[in-house]
Amino acid sequence: MGLKSNLHSLKEKYKGTKMAPAFNAIHTFLYLPNETTQGGTHVKAADDLKRTMNTVIMAMVPCLIFGMFNAGYQHHLALGTIEASQGFLGNTFWTWDNLVIGLWKVLPLLVVSYGVGLLIEFIFAVIKGHEVEEGYLVTGMLVPLIVPVDLPLWMLAVAVAFGVVIGKEVFGGTGMNILNPALTIRAFLFFAYPTWMSGDKVWVHGAVERAGTADAISGETILGSYAQSQDVVYNYADMFFGLIPGSIGETSKLLIVFGALFLIFTKVGSWRIILSTLIGALAMGLIFNGVVDAGIISSSSKFYGLMSVPFWQHLIIGSILFGAVYMATDPVTAAQTNKGKWIYGFLIGFISIMIRVFNPAYPEGVFLAILLMNVFAPTIDHYVVQGNVKKRMNRLKVKTA
Amino acid sequence: MGLLSKKDSKLILDPLADNNPITIQVLGICSALAITAQLKASIVMSVSVLFVLGVGNVVISLIRNIIPSKIRIIVQLTVVAALVIIVDLVLKAFAYELSKELSVFVGLIITNCIIMGRFEAFALGNGPWRSFLDGIGNAAGYGFILILVGFFRELLGSGTLMGFKVLGDPIEKTGIYAFGYENNGFMLLSPMALIVVGLIIWVQRSKNKALIED
Repeated sequence: MGLKSNLHSLKEKYKGTKMAPAFNAIHTFLYLPNETTQGGTHVKAADDLKRTMNTVIMAMVPCLIFGMFNAGYQHHLALGTIEASQGFLGNTFWTWDNLVIGLWKVLPLLVVSYGVGLLIEFIFAVIKGHEVEEGYLVTGMLVPLIVPVDLPLWMLAVAVAFGVVIGKEVFGGTGMNILNPALTIRAFLFFAYPTWMSGDKVWVHGAVERAGTADAISGETILGSYAQSQDVVYNYADMFFGLIPGSIGETSKLLIVFGALFLIFTKVGSWRIILSTLIGALAMGLIFNGVVDAGIISSSSKFYGLMSVPFWQHLIIGSILFGAVYMATDPVTAAQTNKGKWIYGFLIGFISIMIRVFNPAYPEGVFLAILLMNVFAPTIDHYVVQGNVKKRMNRLKVKTA
Repeated sequence: MGLLSKKDSKLILDPLADNNPITIQVLGICSALAITAQLKASIVMSVSVLFVLGVGNVVISLIRNIIPSKIRIIVQLTVVAALVIIVDLVLKAFAYELSKELSVFVGLIITNCIIMGRFEAFALGNGPWRSFLDGIGNAAGYGFILILVGFFRELLGSGTLMGFKVLGDPIEKTGIYAFGYENNGFMLLSPMALIVVGLIIWVQRSKNKALIED
């Protein structure tokens, strides 16, 4: 009797009872079920929901691992115990010491995120009497990547519970949600506990507890520095490779690009959305650069710092790239039509940079922009479809006339 | 209830649960979102609406046969406005701080859809006693939800109830703040009031399936 047959007999035993969906979920998560579909026509395709979800998770694993090393690296660097790493493969970055800190801080976030989220999914599946859906697998992975490293675990648990229930289950579960659950979780954290989600203390492990003491360390993000018109101490290579403070998984643009290529190659992520988001961001950046060049605002303006950032640099600071690749492409909450995807992505990029520059209280606006466009995605689709219907009606008239 | 006939007591009890103006008719949401960040404000608002709706319903019911139906909305508005001004002046005289806190929202009781709704739907067609009961019942149903929302928002958002620090002091780190608990700032923002009202509606309808509409 292997584990598989054990699970199978358990499933048979609990068939028809309330807990059946929970056992089924464990069974099908680990093994292929014994049942086969009977009768009717089947579409035989390998890219079911679970496969899709796993592909996205695989694309995120490098970011997670890098995030662990970076958490330790930023901590040690701020304490002054190690030298700054020279480039992506610098010998002070990929060290055991850094990884230990990262594991210690990031793994609990991951465990809490999955634990609470899946528990709620199981409870809802049992109450509603449907199968447990795999929708939370990606969300649970995304959540630790988009929060600061020192976030208290109970806050994360509260936020995950809120995000899964309000962001997803009230709409009917996986595939029915209007808002991206991971971003709902982040938005909840951001508005509920702003002191833990922004400022110059939360991005480096240990900075919060040392605040106000003689050992105080600071970990201002690049966006924060620009917003206050301070000098930025990081060079472009650091920004691109990700050796900078920030949310756990969003710093390494190199790995996100790899993840994006992987998603596009496997056709899981939409290249239209990714590309149009970046175009939108660049367009807004260019407009702001134009405003600065035309001398419309002076250097005394509080927007000057971020407005004068070269437009292309917006892509390698902050989390616009991470949002474009892993968040905006969520197939449930994004626009469905091809033309709609261009509009949807463009507006995400455009609004992200606008919020980033104009709202000093929220130095990053990507998650707000994506949530906003999530709400508008069905409207965009509606008008794209209507436009198409109209065009074809006109063609029909011309033909028949 | 020996005091009231069965039909009359239904007028009071129905709006408290199965025909609640906020959770079932979804009226009066605007003030429910705006002033429920604190329990005290919620209670004052509830009492104010109780007064305005109770007295207003009686007044409208008494003059219902002499109001020309073409200008009845204006007459109703005049009655509400007069009552609201009384409430406003009383608050300013006896609870000045609180009236500053509630600021424009006391004046906005005039536009509270529940009040005009009850005038139109009930007081214009029923006698003063029944209108009074109906007004009290609906205002109580409204106030009950307001106080419930206010309770949770103040408790979770500020860690206080009626201004008392029931959860300990967030700055001194006493009570449960000593364990790392922090106030949830989101609770103080209006969107959260909408979500709390939504959760109440959810709980109510899952308890009583008959309330679920298709």
